Amino acid sequence: MRAALTVLRKDLLLELRTFETVPAMALFSVTTFVIFHFALNRATIDGQLAAGVLTTTLLFAAMLGINRLFVAEREQGGFDAFLLAPVDRTAMLVAKAAALFAFLVVLEVIAVPAFALLLLGPSLGPPLPGLIAVLALANTAFAVIGTLVSAIAVHTRARDLIGPIIGLPLLIPALIATARAAGPLLAAHGSGSPPAKWIAILALYDLVFALVAYAVFDFLLEE
Amino acid sequence: MDARPAIELRGLTRHFGERTALRDVSVEVPPGATLAVLGRNGAGKSTLLRILATLLRPHAGEVSVLGEPLPRRGFAVRGRLGLLGHDPLLYTDLSSRENLHYHARLHGVRPERVDELLERVQMAGRGDEPVRLLSRGMLQRVAVCRAVLHAPDLLLLDEPRANLDPGAGELIEPLIGRASGCTRVLTSHDPQAALAEADVVLGLKDGRVTYAGAPGGLAAADLKELYA
Repeated sequence: MRAALTVLRKDLLLELRTFETVPAMALFSVTTFVIFHFALNRATIDGQLAAGVLTTTLLFAAMLGINRLFVAEREQGGFDAFLLAPVDRTAMLVAKAAALFAFLVVLEVIAVPAFALLLLGPSLGPPLPGLIAVLALANTAFAVIGTLVSAIAVHTRARDLIGPIIGLPLLIPALIATARAAGPLLAAHGSGSPPAKWIAILALYDLVFALVAYAVFDFLLEE
Repeated sequence: MDARPAIELRGLTRHFGERTALRDVSVEVPPGATLAVLGRNGAGKSTLLRILATLLRPHAGEVSVLGEPLPRRGFAVRGRLGLLGHDPLLYTDLSSRENLHYHARLHGVRPERVDELLERVQMAGRGDEPVRLLSRGMLQRVAVCRAVLHAPDLLLLDEPRANLDPGAGELIEPLIGRASGCTRVLTSHDPQAALAEADVVLGLKDGRVTYAGAPGGLAAADLKELYA
């Protein structure tokens, strides 16, 4: 735990110093909402369409963060330095997933209000607690699977391509569950709580990939 | 005192795809001794250091470091060795102090040790500047601090004095030189300097051992052949 916190603290400090990842993710999201606004040729959207647009945009923005997650480790020898330390290697998995989760939370603090302003018809107020719960589970899936995929991709020459090629198919079930869970929340006269079935599927998907990542991550760090 | 060698290699072999980087390498290094690994570029020196550092797996043969067989017991030696390679293993957007505190926390070292070391290599005054603003020589001094931060028993030194002027070389000498008391494995493109420090010499050519033994037994012709 101490090692994971140490790596997480370093990653957050690096992001605060460079502002390389989160601003790019946020800018991408806002730009995508503007594109949807004109491409759909509608002043507002709601329900399943709104949930689909929001979730898809967040997923593609997350891919930007996923692609950059291990760049400093690869380019500046962070992998070797970490591997030389007498710590459990899964600390890197925990730290990287936590860092990506934090980046996604910051992204959503910017992107969700921008989405409400540019596209969403119904008020964001009533469904907000339910939406936060859905996005927290979605972020966990993006963070865990993203860390796993990024750790695989970083050792390849075509790392910028490998991330989306492996990551997007793995994230499709999470995308479906997130969109289906958020759809009723964003409907014109929607419910205040997300459907339990889709929340359960999302939570199960998070758990399965967390276990898979824990089991294989050690081997992914080997040269 | 532990009579076992600090490093024991028997038939070590490592491939990279079709290419064999190390073939049937055998050598023993007693505790506290210095092994100089000599050879031209591509001879396999850095590969050997990375295997000893547990960063690469051997494909054949037996490797024992500080009494622990690798790679099976790699976790037992990781905190006991210090690697100083071509890459300083420092984050360029963090300061020297932040980098060293990061490594100190990973190795469970008390934070005061960071300032002690920066003082010793005369980098305390620039310890808060981002590493990317430092000269190569300054970067090497900070990298030395990183390598010895946790007081390792074994130092793996790949061209340790590269980019250092004579004054800086004297500053780091107590940390990574013979006076450090560590068992050392060092590579150098300056064979005479490496031989002067060595207790055991390993000559490599295209991954094969051309000489293994005391420095006195290495003839000038053998040395010339190593770098031919």
